[in-house]
Amino acid sequence: MADRIEAVKKLFTSKSARVETNMGDTHYEKLFHSCQTRIEELKTQTPRENRLDIDDMLELQGVNRRDFMKWASAVTGMLMLPSAFTPLVADAALLMNRAPVIWIELSDCAGNTEAMLRSDGPKVDEILLDIISLEFNETIMAAAGHQAEAQLEDAMETFKDKYLLFVEGAVPMGLNGQFGTIGAEGETMHDHLQRVAKHAAAIVAVGSCATFGGVPAASPNPTDAKGVMDVVNGKPIINIPGCPANPANMVGMIIHYILTGQVPELDSLLRPKFAFGYRIHDNCERRAHFDAGEFVEEWGDEGAKNNFCLYKVGCKGPMTFNNCSIVRYNEGVNWPVGVGRGCIGCSEPDFWDKYAYERPMADANIKAPTGGVEKTVDEFGLGLLTAAGIGIGIHAAASVAAAKKEEGEA
Amino acid sequence: MAKKHIIVDPITRIEGHLRVEAIIDENNTIVDAYTSSTLFRGIETILQGRDPRDAGLLAMRICGVCTGTHYQRSIEAVEDAFDVTIPKNARIVRNLIQGALYVHDHLVHFYHLHALDFVDVVSALSADPKKTSDEAVKWAGVAGTNPFIEGAGQFKEIQDRVAKFVKQGRLGIFGNGYWGNKHYKLTPEQNLIGVAHYLKALDIQRDLAKMQAIFGGKNPHPQSIVVGGVTCVQDIKNPARIALFKTLLKEGTKFIKQAYLPDVYMAGTMYADEATDSSATFTAHKQGKGVGGTGGGLLNYMSYGDFRLDDTGFYKSALLFPGGVVLNGDLTKVYPFDPEKVEEDVTHAWYDADKPQHPYEGTTIPNYTGLEKKKDGMAYLKTDEKYSWIKSPIYDDNRMEVGPLARMIVGVAAGDEKISKYVKKFLKNANLPIEVLFSTIGRTAARAIETELMADTMMEWVDELAANVASGDDSTWQDFEFEVVSKKSRGVGLAEAPRGGLGHWMKIEDGKISNYQAVVPSTWNAAPRDYKGRLGAYEAALIGTKVSDPEQPLEIIRTIHSFDPCIACAVHVVDTKGKELGVYKVDTGCAI
Repeated sequence: MADRIEAVKKLFTSKSARVETNMGDTHYEKLFHSCQTRIEELKTQTPRENRLDIDDMLELQGVNRRDFMKWASAVTGMLMLPSAFTPLVADAALLMNRAPVIWIELSDCAGNTEAMLRSDGPKVDEILLDIISLEFNETIMAAAGHQAEAQLEDAMETFKDKYLLFVEGAVPMGLNGQFGTIGAEGETMHDHLQRVAKHAAAIVAVGSCATFGGVPAASPNPTDAKGVMDVVNGKPIINIPGCPANPANMVGMIIHYILTGQVPELDSLLRPKFAFGYRIHDNCERRAHFDAGEFVEEWGDEGAKNNFCLYKVGCKGPMTFNNCSIVRYNEGVNWPVGVGRGCIGCSEPDFWDKYAYERPMADANIKAPTGGVEKTVDEFGLGLLTAAGIGIGIHAAASVAAAKKEEGEA
Repeated sequence: MAKKHIIVDPITRIEGHLRVEAIIDENNTIVDAYTSSTLFRGIETILQGRDPRDAGLLAMRICGVCTGTHYQRSIEAVEDAFDVTIPKNARIVRNLIQGALYVHDHLVHFYHLHALDFVDVVSALSADPKKTSDEAVKWAGVAGTNPFIEGAGQFKEIQDRVAKFVKQGRLGIFGNGYWGNKHYKLTPEQNLIGVAHYLKALDIQRDLAKMQAIFGGKNPHPQSIVVGGVTCVQDIKNPARIALFKTLLKEGTKFIKQAYLPDVYMAGTMYADEATDSSATFTAHKQGKGVGGTGGGLLNYMSYGDFRLDDTGFYKSALLFPGGVVLNGDLTKVYPFDPEKVEEDVTHAWYDADKPQHPYEGTTIPNYTGLEKKKDGMAYLKTDEKYSWIKSPIYDDNRMEVGPLARMIVGVAAGDEKISKYVKKFLKNANLPIEVLFSTIGRTAARAIETELMADTMMEWVDELAANVASGDDSTWQDFEFEVVSKKSRGVGLAEAPRGGLGHWMKIEDGKISNYQAVVPSTWNAAPRDYKGRLGAYEAALIGTKVSDPEQPLEIIRTIHSFDPCIACAVHVVDTKGKELGVYKVDTGCAI
């Protein structure tokens, strides 16, 4: 485990692999003090519900203090904070049982809940997910029917204005919202979301459906599905897209919230920069092949056998912002580029209509998007990325021509 | 005393959004039941007009739980249409990806979605750790092995951890369960074993999911399957990957044999009275003569067949799970499965159509008629009319149940050697008659039997893959002339998902999808009544069940959970383009 943590830490802190987010000494000093005050305050509260204690859990799971601190320093790096914050991050993790979470599912496939259950380590992450006070989650909770509804009511009342609301799935707006109903009274998913959102401290939209509409909002968006940010007003909203979202980013988000009591720094699509400030392409293990003009031309060819760049078979790493080239999936076992398929841009808005096909952008045989969520796209950013895509396309074509020429000359 | 009408919504610990309404008589016996899906997304409509090579990735998002299975079926529908036979390596890798899904999914289902219907978490606190250890030895002994968690010390540690959790304040996901209900029949010691394995299984399932990620890239939603083969050539060539896969599989198999199976023997024995109570069945209710036990239901079982064992191509290869149909619980006859006999009816689903239709030709004209608000503030299903987003599939004019139980029953009826061996071993060890399979417990047992069979078989497949690569074959993809084959064609991907028979039907014109339909396991099982008023599989399974406390629908969710519902999969798709004043037009497409 320790090796992997070291590797993650190295990647997160090495200069070339990250966007520059240094906010200056004054900023960090101020932040440090406010975090310190907050942590001290949290420590004085008994965990309202006396949840599992992390020290016990770490011991039970055979994680020693040294490994735990290593993990904390890796997370500090991941959250783009100076290393002086490491002890505070460790303290924040110890206070995870003070973070009540309500998780609701709307127009979804439960993939994000499943991803959370798969929490892609290091092991401390997994433990923390046992520790957070998960008050409501339809996929794994024991109660059903009226008892489940009562459980939700009770959690909303007990933790009024304090709970983090995780939302998985899009909001179907068509047919007056009746494409999806929940509960004995037949409440529409839209009304359900508004009711539970009302007294949330903040909303975390998890997965690409809750953030940007995702699958149900793909053209022609039959149910007029929308992302949470297009539906809920007057609440802090954090988007953690991905199909499904990487559980490391869910944990990072919760730690950040406990640590600072604030929403992390977000990009124009409300994505935390600590997770989405990286372009897949910049940290890709196959990047050297891209630069050398070595591409997989068709599935299973010599290039594929030699881990060449997947751009020409449709990898959208150059257009996609996410940290999966660093964190990877399932405890780092693999990721879509690793397995020779390439990135489908799943953390970008409208990726089903813009990116998810096995050809480069220039050869796209795609269905034009209509209506729906594209209005939320940062148009400027998208335009820029598309331009970059075309530029890359030219590079890919030219490099092959050059390589062939060299062969001819040799 | 009048009959009572119970609503259970949401049904939790399933994938998707499901409602059950049940009518119970004065003896608290269920005399009528209705199941309804309450969410509709429209994925088939979204798939129309797309490049068929891209459909698999999107079709996979039908479900995040049976992840990867819709993906492969969608791809195989295209391969069937294009007449592409994939290389041997690709076939084995796909079997391993789907096999990994089976063992992962079945294990998570049993422990994290189903176990709390049998295991009373609170009762586990009063267990004696020493006796618990003895009890664990006893049930592992039934399975012919040692317990996965051994010794009073380990059980004590786990009990302390749970005590801390339960004693003080809020229970989180265990909150507001039906703890103390008298239909929890396990002893405190047995409950502690269940809780200990519930927690351990959280770890194990993470590792099992890694198997899918090794060749699939990630889990949920793997990404390495493409029309013509798979992309993970560098992973199959890497001995370290193969070795990791085997290590994870060995560890998982150990848990399956030493915890999962013993726990099912334990639950099966403790609930054997219900599993053999033929008076509490749909058949008793309908014909006056019961067969099987509580939760038995339709007794019509169907398997499409899946897991190709050789490279002769689609619908020609020998299969691990044979296809077939068994009617009325009669194991002496098995009928061949014929995809032409599949139809869908919408009499009680929120769609319009004149008559049942075959998936290739099906239309979907949504007609949402809503729920009925009553004075008590609740909204009720209008059960005389339409009441679900799920259509009613019919096979050769019969309602059918699909799933692990159907696969095991068809396998036994067809005389399949491997399946018969595993089923017989289970029944012999448990000392139970074969009729016990026709019940809620039977469904749960069949899933466990199948998990062991799959884990053992996968070990053979990994070795086969490694040997084939070592022999110099590193081909993973079969080329095809897309422009030629995609002019006008159609194909079907028929397979067995963990939850049962799954079919994706696709028509292709000028390089684009012109029609797409999926009829999925939970469409079969969770469907409403059909045009003849015949019940769907969930509905039938609930009839006759005795409910101990109408305020606590424990028996209802236990039987529903035994099917492992996956409702996002089951809901049909509509196209609401051009909607005006509640009129919804649809070009085509049904299901999901």
